[in-house]
Amino acid sequence: MNLTLKVWRQDGPDDPGRFETYQATDVKDEMSFLEMLDNVNEALIEAGREPITFDSDCREGICGTCGLMINGQAHGPQKGTATCQLHMRKFKDGETVTIEPWRAAAFPVQKDLMVDRSALDAIIEAGGYISADTGAPRDANEILIPKPAADTAMDAAACIGCGACVAACPNSAGQLFTSAKLAHLNLLPQGQAERWKRTEDMVETMELFFGSCTNYGECQEACPKEIPIDFIALMNRDYLKSKLKNRKLIGQS
Amino acid sequence: MSTITLDSKVPSGPIQDRWDNHRFNMKLVNPANKRKFTVLVVGTGLAGAAAAATLAELGYQVKCFTFHDSPRRAHSIAAQGGINAAKNYKNDGDSIYRLFYDTVEGGDFRARESNVYRLAQVSVDIIDQCVAQGVPFAREYGGLLDNRSFGGAQVSRTFYARGQTGQQLLLGAYQALMQQVSLGRVELHTKTELLDVVTKDGVCVGIVTRDITSGEVRSWSGHATLLCTGGYGNAFYLSTNAMNSNATAAWRAHKKGALFANPCYTQIHPTCIPASDEFQSKLTLMSESLRNDGRIWVPKRMDDNRPPDQIPEEDRDYYLERRYPSFGNLAPRDIASRAAKVVVDEGRGVGPLKNGVYLDFSDAIGRLGKNVVFERYGNLFDMYERITDEDPMKVPMRIYPASHYTMGGLWVDYNLMTNIPGLYALGEANFSDHGANRLGASALMQGLADGYFVAPYTVGDYLAGLLGQAPVSTDDPAFREAEAGINDEIKRWLSVGGTKSPEYYHRELGKLVWDYCGMAREKSGLEKAISEIPALREEFEKNVRVLGNAEGVNQSLEKVARVADFFELGELMCRDALQREESCGGHFRVEHQTEEGEAQRDDENFSFVGAWEYTGKGNAPVLHKEPLEFEFVKPTVRSYK
Repeated sequence: MNLTLKVWRQDGPDDPGRFETYQATDVKDEMSFLEMLDNVNEALIEAGREPITFDSDCREGICGTCGLMINGQAHGPQKGTATCQLHMRKFKDGETVTIEPWRAAAFPVQKDLMVDRSALDAIIEAGGYISADTGAPRDANEILIPKPAADTAMDAAACIGCGACVAACPNSAGQLFTSAKLAHLNLLPQGQAERWKRTEDMVETMELFFGSCTNYGECQEACPKEIPIDFIALMNRDYLKSKLKNRKLIGQS
Repeated sequence: MSTITLDSKVPSGPIQDRWDNHRFNMKLVNPANKRKFTVLVVGTGLAGAAAAATLAELGYQVKCFTFHDSPRRAHSIAAQGGINAAKNYKNDGDSIYRLFYDTVEGGDFRARESNVYRLAQVSVDIIDQCVAQGVPFAREYGGLLDNRSFGGAQVSRTFYARGQTGQQLLLGAYQALMQQVSLGRVELHTKTELLDVVTKDGVCVGIVTRDITSGEVRSWSGHATLLCTGGYGNAFYLSTNAMNSNATAAWRAHKKGALFANPCYTQIHPTCIPASDEFQSKLTLMSESLRNDGRIWVPKRMDDNRPPDQIPEEDRDYYLERRYPSFGNLAPRDIASRAAKVVVDEGRGVGPLKNGVYLDFSDAIGRLGKNVVFERYGNLFDMYERITDEDPMKVPMRIYPASHYTMGGLWVDYNLMTNIPGLYALGEANFSDHGANRLGASALMQGLADGYFVAPYTVGDYLAGLLGQAPVSTDDPAFREAEAGINDEIKRWLSVGGTKSPEYYHRELGKLVWDYCGMAREKSGLEKAISEIPALREEFEKNVRVLGNAEGVNQSLEKVARVADFFELGELMCRDALQREESCGGHFRVEHQTEEGEAQRDDENFSFVGAWEYTGKGNAPVLHKEPLEFEFVKPTVRSYK
């Protein structure tokens, strides 16, 4: 199949940027979307034009490095699928495809389709961990974790940190990302000691970078790991509880 | 010629006491002095993130570097199946000694016993540490940890988090690292790629990096440098490694004097999705855990074009079950991969390009029901369907082996230090624990063992001897010269002005390395590769086209240096494969096989670690040998029949 691509090109953070149009020819159904772009880039290099800069790494949908707005949808049309796992059989011959970077104030464009997502690391740095210095912790089986709790924590921990939730949100909110990490840690017995401090620190750091959540739900539609917004409700509950809590009494059950 | 002597520093005594005694004999650094030492950690995968976090917890000043935009992107994240540990929670006869034994045997008797025993010992601590951090391992209904079995073992010792074990372990280490960043004990430099290792008077004093956002080349000085930069599987171009995984850090250390050990030991993973066309950029792995319930087969006769469900039982060849009745579909990776190559080479491959074998779940679905099978493997089935448009619940999967992991790497002693004092290599970047073949679920174990439980002790022992010494200034000529060298190299690439992309040459190189140094190697092919690779490299150096400039983001410029290093490394892989006149583990020499086509080891002549010394461009590298001694596990013919 042949496609017309409208691609966002931006030479650097301070460049205003513009769309450029390219032809992608002889595209095969079984190609991934990024392999299609690889081919366009090889042709650009052969023609002496600078290739399109875009981020990708594992190409297995797990590292979270890739992420493109494809026809206005974060990671494109296929539900629960990161850009690198999207295949060209989802497109039609002759189609025009618009490709843009994540658009969010917290994710400044570095070049073309590549953005800076370090704001997500800042949220983890604020408290997205359980303090357990390397040493001699208890035997792993001394901590019993009921299977439903472990499974739900894992559902939340599946987040790949790609930022699609932020890109899809009309407010560029970071709630889905933040709540996924909070749910992972706050649902586990090991995470209880730091639960309230963690919740406040992460939420308040998030608010330094990202917009507010107004429950559009676009984030869960865009999420390649289909993380539900239920976790946002859990986060809001814990945040409220934390504000009302006397921390000196949290050792009491 | 050099005067290198390979001292493995392996302790003596009963094997179960060696690590404890060694730790006791190590020098300590008192807490107030720890902050006077700077440690550079390069790479933030399991080994790097774990080491950086742990060293910072101990009080050292850590500077940590990754070329990714976040430490969480490192390729450890893509490991699916699990992590081994000798917990014996299943009461099925596992023990530290058995894990040690299985790993030495699985590695085809080409690993150091002492290292492997230590690995098995600390495996137990890793699981405790990870659970304490909140890694959500799979649980049983009673709340206890669940285990599964994996290739090359007859016990269930593999801990897992769905099909995303690597992700969860890496996020655990990443979170520990970010906590140390928040405490100011780790200075984190993302989007910063190592381009040179700096030595002064034979000692490693730091590194030179390029900021891949701004293009700035600069030096960093440290008392010790840890390379945790992964393997070199992308030398094959098509592999299951991430697009940006590269060997540049290890290779440049090699060019500064660090020996590179066993480069021909590469692992070809049996269960990957076969390539679908020439422009494929990478291959996707399907977890080995699928072999627990899937049965592998091909049609008995060549060019049987019937759809799989119309091929009756009597026309199918379940070749692993036939050749290896006791391990069957769970035969170790090297054996399963070669067996697949044999049937595809015979013309019995399946799929449009006849380049795969079936992995069939219909028996398991019949036995366990659709729901159970889907619960176990659903996420893998979904991934498979996204790529191939076929549903493994209805049509058997098609799989074929692909480059996946490299057992070879920088030579290190028992302390994980290379032959350059102050320079360490951890995780897949070193050669130490897997011999000629790695067992499934052991890569995660080794990465975390090195990072959490080995390097933090052994690095301290080295640093204790440097008390009172300030790190070498980055104004020192050693750093200035290294920086100038990198700047020259960048200018050179940008001014070649050729016609083909770095990607093109990587693909062409990969074809040579795969064809001649892949799953089966023979003298004539290796000799051919050793003459063709330098010729192709010469063309590459004259005809590659790198557009753009040195300032700002330039992905072609990042790529070209990595491809250049793969050229040199690919050639060394072939040289190593040529000198090793035996078959062992992932290294299969066509000339050395039994009548039944099994690998034939030569313990008398090749029971050694082959460590190569770089002697300058255009000069033949020099082989150094570290003899391997087996005091506890006596080498036998590996039998999985």
